[in-house]
Amino acid sequence: MPTSTVVLILLILSAVAYQVGRARSLATVGGLKGARHLHSLPGYYGLLTALWCAIPALLILALWSMADGRIVTELVVAGLPPELRSLPADQLSLVLNDIKNIVAGAVPAGVASPEIVAASARYAELQQLSGYAIAVLCLAIALGAGAFVVSRIQPALRARNRVEAIVRGALVVASSIAILTTIGIVLSVLFESIQFFRQVPVTEFLFGLNWSPQLAIRADQVGSSGAFGAVPLFTGTLLIAGIAMLVAVPVGLFSAIYLAEYAHGKVRAIVKPMLEVLAGIPTVVYGFFAALVVAPNIRGFGESFGLEVSSESALAAGLVMGIMIIPFVSSLADDMITAVPQSLRDGSYGLGATQSETIRRVVLPAALPGIVGGVLLAISRAIGETMIVVMAAGLGANLTANPLEAVTTVTTQIVTLLVGDQEFDSPKTLAAFALGLVLFVVTLSLNIIALHVVRKYREQYE
Amino acid sequence: MSEPILSPDTGETAAERTRRLVERGLRRRYRAERRFQAYGIAAISIGLLFIGLLFTSILSSGWTIFTQTYVQLDIEYSPEELGLPENPTVEDLGLADYQALVRVAIRERFPDVEGRANLRELYGLVSSGAQFELRDRAMAKPSLIGKRETLWVPADDRVDQLVKGKIDREEPEDRRGVSDQAVAWIDALTADGRLERRFNRTFFTTGDSREPEQAGVWGAVVGSFLTLVVTLLLSFPIGVAAAVYLEEFAPKNRITDFIEVNINNLAAVPSIVFGLLGLAVFIQLFGLPRSAPLVGGLVLTLMTLPTIIIASRAALKGVPPSIREAALGMGASEVQTVAHHVLPRAMPGMLTGAIIGMARALGESAPLLMIGMVAFIVDIPGGFRDPSTVLPVQVYLWADSPERAFLERTSGAILVLLGFLLLMNATAVVLRQRFERRW
Repeated sequence: MPTSTVVLILLILSAVAYQVGRARSLATVGGLKGARHLHSLPGYYGLLTALWCAIPALLILALWSMADGRIVTELVVAGLPPELRSLPADQLSLVLNDIKNIVAGAVPAGVASPEIVAASARYAELQQLSGYAIAVLCLAIALGAGAFVVSRIQPALRARNRVEAIVRGALVVASSIAILTTIGIVLSVLFESIQFFRQVPVTEFLFGLNWSPQLAIRADQVGSSGAFGAVPLFTGTLLIAGIAMLVAVPVGLFSAIYLAEYAHGKVRAIVKPMLEVLAGIPTVVYGFFAALVVAPNIRGFGESFGLEVSSESALAAGLVMGIMIIPFVSSLADDMITAVPQSLRDGSYGLGATQSETIRRVVLPAALPGIVGGVLLAISRAIGETMIVVMAAGLGANLTANPLEAVTTVTTQIVTLLVGDQEFDSPKTLAAFALGLVLFVVTLSLNIIALHVVRKYREQYE
Repeated sequence: MSEPILSPDTGETAAERTRRLVERGLRRRYRAERRFQAYGIAAISIGLLFIGLLFTSILSSGWTIFTQTYVQLDIEYSPEELGLPENPTVEDLGLADYQALVRVAIRERFPDVEGRANLRELYGLVSSGAQFELRDRAMAKPSLIGKRETLWVPADDRVDQLVKGKIDREEPEDRRGVSDQAVAWIDALTADGRLERRFNRTFFTTGDSREPEQAGVWGAVVGSFLTLVVTLLLSFPIGVAAAVYLEEFAPKNRITDFIEVNINNLAAVPSIVFGLLGLAVFIQLFGLPRSAPLVGGLVLTLMTLPTIIIASRAALKGVPPSIREAALGMGASEVQTVAHHVLPRAMPGMLTGAIIGMARALGESAPLLMIGMVAFIVDIPGGFRDPSTVLPVQVYLWADSPERAFLERTSGAILVLLGFLLLMNATAVVLRQRFERRW
């Protein structure tokens, strides 16, 4: 039975349970007239019954559906003939794939060996069995829990308080998902990275100058570990992010200054949302723009001066990434500039300073910590940006500082290493997680520093 | 009393000297002022210029996507050409050679074409998808067999590009991709009124294809929709619940602080890292299917949660404390106060936040690449576990394709994507203006 049907049945059951619980509470006090003898409104007795009916069963269902694929697979593997079971892990997973394909009907059963056909029949059987078992189990739990609550209903039962306790519990669980996500990110990236560092030393990864993970595919090759020196990726990332900041910081800062200090209210009301449109455009559109419009133009422009420009130059990717970050810098800088108290400006004007002198000598220094925080956040965004570099930057790991050459970045490599089928034991796949770890740690530190700086600055004027 | 003369040469007094210096300085300072303003205007112009450039380049290469070139052919469903037996079954109809019908029909237009290479070139004018269209018609209506009908079938993508002017007729033949002879045929068909641009239904109703003229965005639109449904169903309730807890119930302690720090940091974690999480946890650990909207929705949920929580908290903060105090004063419990009074007042703001979060999720592609939503998928996905792709990833896939006609498809898909984003943001703005209350 499909999970969605079970969920639907559970929902219907709990709706029924609500009515039963409500009716039961009224029945204990002799109908609506006696409702004042109840501790809570009748609806709360209904809700309590409904929640007890639905929640435990849904939890069990969720746990089961996470685990059942693995359990069924394990059982099928255990039932395989010994010569198949003793195969190495990667070939075994191929056999399992065959079995699953036959079950899904993607491959006709006629082409496979009898053992595999038998195993696939067993797989289908177990799957069906598991479906029925969980359906029966869930319904039994739902009915049992519902019946238990109904049997406990009496006027003195503090139904509202119990319902509210459950609601509060649910709220706590919901807000702890943020923590779980962080833990999940750290653990998933860390585990695979540790496996990677067992095969490739950390020092080689962090300080090696040569990156060519593709070599590692051939497992039987002598010295097949490939080259996993990530320095070219780091320099490439920094080069592109640097170009992006060279575009975004001046443009973003100056537009924020103009909009906050000079622009007429009407101009500001039109121009500000227009600039913010840049923030709403999907990054893949920027990638398209970089790869198909900006890069060829830069190349043509460079060639007219006799310069050798790669068609995947760091300049094109960096430039477009800078455009993407403009609204980010400008809106943060705008916040920081408008947070500077008017009295500081008035003091400066009173001493005879012009407006630009006031901005340069008074407003900007006062807003500087906040702006620096904003720029740090922008850098972290530039480092983590993926689609633009995947589409417009190169794949070859060049150790160069020339913006006209193609470089590759951390995020580009993560995507190229992980798109397509992966084996989770090859250093090639694991390298992506190690790069992810570096990315996460760097952006996290930048964010923490930036948020700290920004918060400290805000407190100053509040 | 006369002022002391400072410099005997010019006869200038101290006051005059000061004024002269200040005036000279003033000119310089005003120039600096104007320069500074000019920098600001230049910065804004650069920003606006890039927006203009971005949109014009996408529009100019994408607006032609609404039409496509079709060729009118007189198709004769002759059983001999189809290789059908007497009294064909539906299966026979499915396996028959419809390509032959297309060939016969197009030869009918140009009877004097001779030679293998020339014929192949002639047949190449019509899309290779035309035969499937004929098959579907014949299978839906078997009585067509033996009859003749006049049909518009899609032309090949190179013909389409030439007609739309994306391939320059003046270019030398070998660089153009369309031979002089083919150009002559196309012109002849156009003169007969048998070749024209009509509304491009294919693009808006089909899934991906290797042939540009048969590729459509509908599969990606459905995939995006399914993914967003999962995202919305999970992230909105969880986000609102978390915001309510943090804003209304949470005690001020270390744990609450820790949760807040976590949320703020997650909002700034690169989206690709969420993709790594999805790959390692949802696919590796839980064994959920790859490329499925279910997993995509889960990953995007984790990614948009911080946005929704932050927006919902702002909405809750906007509800004045007097409302809470009034409810508590009337004897409502804390939970009742929040559920009956605070939440309804904050709901418009929360919905706005949710729509903006969804718009972000719709445009996101990097984490979805990690969980395999980048596969080449022809079928329109039918459920949350079917392999599918999403609009931005479709843009990425097409942008990588070498055929010139895919450039137009890519821009067209971007236009569709931007259209949806515009719609969502406009809804958010309307919602905000309609229901926003100043207390």
